[in-house]
Amino acid sequence: MSSIVEKQNEVVDEFSMFEDWMQRYEYMIELGKSLPLIDERYKTDDNIIKGCQSRVWVHADMNDNDKIEFTADSDAIITKGIIAILIRVFSDQTPKEILEANTDFIDEIGLKEHLSPTRANGLVSMIKQLKMYALAYSKA
Amino acid sequence: MIKTAEGFNVEKIRNDFPILNRKVNGRNLVYFDNAATSQTPQQVIDCIVDYYQNYNANIHRGVHALSQEATEAYENARRIVQRHFNAKDFKEIILTSGTTHSINLVASGYEKFMTAGDEVLVSGLEHHSNIVPWQMLCEKTGAQLKVLAMTEEGVLDMQSFEDLLNFKTKLVMVNHVSNALGTINPIEDIIEKAHAVGAKVLVDGAQATPHIKPDVQALDVDYYTCSAHKICGPTGVGMLYGKQELLEELPPYQGGGEMIDQVSFEKTTYAGLPNKFEAGTPNICGGIAFGKALDYMNSIGFESIAAYEQDLLDYATQRLNEFDNIIIYGPNTDAKTAVISFNFQGLHPYDVGTLVDKMGIAVRTGHHCAQPIMEFFKIPGTIRASFSFYNTKAEIDLFIEALQKANSMLL
Repeated sequence: MSSIVEKQNEVVDEFSMFEDWMQRYEYMIELGKSLPLIDERYKTDDNIIKGCQSRVWVHADMNDNDKIEFTADSDAIITKGIIAILIRVFSDQTPKEILEANTDFIDEIGLKEHLSPTRANGLVSMIKQLKMYALAYSKA
Repeated sequence: MIKTAEGFNVEKIRNDFPILNRKVNGRNLVYFDNAATSQTPQQVIDCIVDYYQNYNANIHRGVHALSQEATEAYENARRIVQRHFNAKDFKEIILTSGTTHSINLVASGYEKFMTAGDEVLVSGLEHHSNIVPWQMLCEKTGAQLKVLAMTEEGVLDMQSFEDLLNFKTKLVMVNHVSNALGTINPIEDIIEKAHAVGAKVLVDGAQATPHIKPDVQALDVDYYTCSAHKICGPTGVGMLYGKQELLEELPPYQGGGEMIDQVSFEKTTYAGLPNKFEAGTPNICGGIAFGKALDYMNSIGFESIAAYEQDLLDYATQRLNEFDNIIIYGPNTDAKTAVISFNFQGLHPYDVGTLVDKMGIAVRTGHHCAQPIMEFFKIPGTIRASFSFYNTKAEIDLFIEALQKANSMLL
């Protein structure tokens, strides 16, 4: 199983092949469309991430190997693409690994604009929420 | 005579706006977020620079030359605003930090006059800034907040207005133009009927004033508000107009310098209008530049602006209707200002806004601080394109191309 850093490097490598913003976004839209959907019963108000212009739901489960698996959904497709990338990197990792991970790769794949806390798509809120789940499980 | 858009020299006007030359994401900027903030002409920018370079000083107190010059320029700006809105007296023009401040000032003052059993009537087309201050007033006083519904077409239901209006109604709040949909509301009718039951009317003019030149005396409106940053002026300054007798009765909003007559620890007496409502050092430069911005708009002329913008609105609406999956909210083009609030069937407004931004186009996406309207249509938000007199049909064509591209990427 790859570590968070390895998976981040994979994502950075993939994005480095794109020549312009349009290819990057087309890829994110594809990722968004193929995102494994969250179970409908977890699309509750409790699981909504606040601070997003689009609605985003994230759910976390601990699997048999003591690793966290995330599922998510959004009503906006680009937002879904962003979550798909986050889930690919952070899912199936231990709480400790998730808590210690840095997120510089977001900048490297040209999505820096989505990192601005004033931008209402809530990438910052999403990362925070993933870490909050990890924190909760680390104490469980 | 009704002026037409012909002969409107948009290229000459565009030269006044240096920001229109900049590039965004490698493309020429197309700025269609004018309903949020208008751009600033060089004449206003020069006025701001001139203030800080030549006569920056505090007003109303210094005997020195700079203070006197600044005071004169600031009070002259108040008179420009007075003339623009045709207020009877300069004392009726309170310079505030903007529409939100203006509304809160009035709402706070009415705590003194409201009791349980009184009613305030707020239109269903309001911006949050003309909803929340009245909810706060009702919470504090026990007054009831009533909502004037809107119809599927995004216009106010005037039959329900007459039903809701009664002798307990103390205040009626309505925007002159809706920020989310561009709807022009029948404020003359609303004011007349509200007055018939003794209610006062506050009109939020933030979205109307970029397109329409209101005459507060002809309207017989009790309070009228606007923000300079939507009328080619700077941010952080705006106006509250109020009839003199009403402003005299209204208690001060904030205490401090400028708003006093005599201060002692036993008793403080307040200054007269307009100073009573202008505690502390005001946005002096902003006020002066606000006056300059109105002069600039009037030099072009509101009739010419309205005719030209109507032409842009008609053209943009016609081009948007080329999309099979377009949904446009609000009334027809003849009943609104140059604003189009829309969605594409099956697409989230956030996705579309993100992609067109990458193509250099600035539009607003989201709920436009009018969540009750979005709730009414059961949508998360809209894409709002709002046009100004410095926009062109060529820019609308670029916008349509960008939307075609966004559609092909997302669908």
